[in-house]
Amino acid sequence: MPKVSMTVNGKRVSADVEGRTLLVQFLREHQRLTGTHVGCDTSQCGACVVHVDGKAIKACTTLALSCEGANVTTIEGLANGTELHPMQAAFREHHGLQCGFCTPGMIMAAIDMVNRLGYDLSEDTIRHELEGNICRCTGYHNIVKAIQAGAAAMGGLKVAAE
Amino acid sequence: MYAFDFHRPATLRQANSLIGKVEDAKILAGGQTLLPTMKQRLASPAAVIDLSGVPELVGIEQKGRNLVIGAMTSHAEVASSALVKAALPGLAALAGGIGDPHVRHKGTIGGSIANNDPAADYPAGLLALGATIVTNRRRIPAGEFFTGMFSTALDEGEIITKVIIPTGGKFAYAKFRNPASRYAMVGVAVGKKGSSVVVAVTGAGSDGVFRWAEAEAALGKRFNAKSLDGIKTPAAKELNSDIHASAEYRSHLIGVMARRAVAAATAK
Repeated sequence: MPKVSMTVNGKRVSADVEGRTLLVQFLREHQRLTGTHVGCDTSQCGACVVHVDGKAIKACTTLALSCEGANVTTIEGLANGTELHPMQAAFREHHGLQCGFCTPGMIMAAIDMVNRLGYDLSEDTIRHELEGNICRCTGYHNIVKAIQAGAAAMGGLKVAAE
Repeated sequence: MYAFDFHRPATLRQANSLIGKVEDAKILAGGQTLLPTMKQRLASPAAVIDLSGVPELVGIEQKGRNLVIGAMTSHAEVASSALVKAALPGLAALAGGIGDPHVRHKGTIGGSIANNDPAADYPAGLLALGATIVTNRRRIPAGEFFTGMFSTALDEGEIITKVIIPTGGKFAYAKFRNPASRYAMVGVAVGKKGSSVVVAVTGAGSDGVFRWAEAEAALGKRFNAKSLDGIKTPAAKELNSDIHASAEYRSHLIGVMARRAVAAATAK
């Protein structure tokens, strides 16, 4: 079986995998990082979004072996010890979730949004940029609020509390 | 997913040699179509040759009056490229409207055109722009490359390496998206170079991307959305009908999207 090596959340890891092993299987089953979810397995829902070399991608539609040498960040790699990442804290503060299944992908997508578009995100921009992430509980409203606040917090900006 | 052999060459030379050697192999570009297709067993190659480790296939350059885009350049890279935005803003907008942000980080221009999905955006865009597709063996004009639904002029073992796109004309693409898949229900690309106008339609034709000759003739006389008034849109009997839209609706949308594309192309 071929071997794949990559850096996951700052740690060098490697494992023997098959050609067909998806990145999301590698993360969940080989690395036991089960925060990255599989929702649809057809690249629609975004529950599996992780960052590969700094870019948000769908881990259910990426082969593990294609990520040889890559730098991968998952939801488990965001918090600093017990201190949540500002985007995670904003999702808690604004109740940007109900069942929580889509949340890891939402947060990884939100941070990617900030990385590309900056800290000051309009509601329109956020709604448009979320088209690759599906939530079946919330109606998105609090997710959008959380992302706006989380983005501002990442940039050290203040947003009026509601 | 079913088991298959995996190869990841580091150079185009290695890729060339693998594609000649490995039985029943398929090229993996961004994988945003191929991998879902393989999961559904709609494709089941015995081996996959992944081009994501070949850096020479990635990049965007201005060469004389042309933009040259490497086959493995992602939609996100085309959409955000300062070169593309300056030379062909309509092409940057086209790439930025494919799929969703995560798909755009992986999906590539080479993969999109090699697949030639009948509702994909790039085939219409490259046809209207008069692009040339460069492979490991030859150069193919876009007009000869897209030969029908999911079919291209590519031979066995042929690998797209880059796309050459002339700049200096007018170009825009307007699409009516399927809100779930973001594929084009109807997309129309309009390109004008000198007095020659190409109008390419995707998402609507029963055999993939096609040119709308009547619109080209009318726009060739006067490049203005009003020139399309009174021109009959392509007949419904040659168009797709599915759960998302009837052929009659698609026929109507072609006229609407063509006007929007011309308006966008003449706005700057």
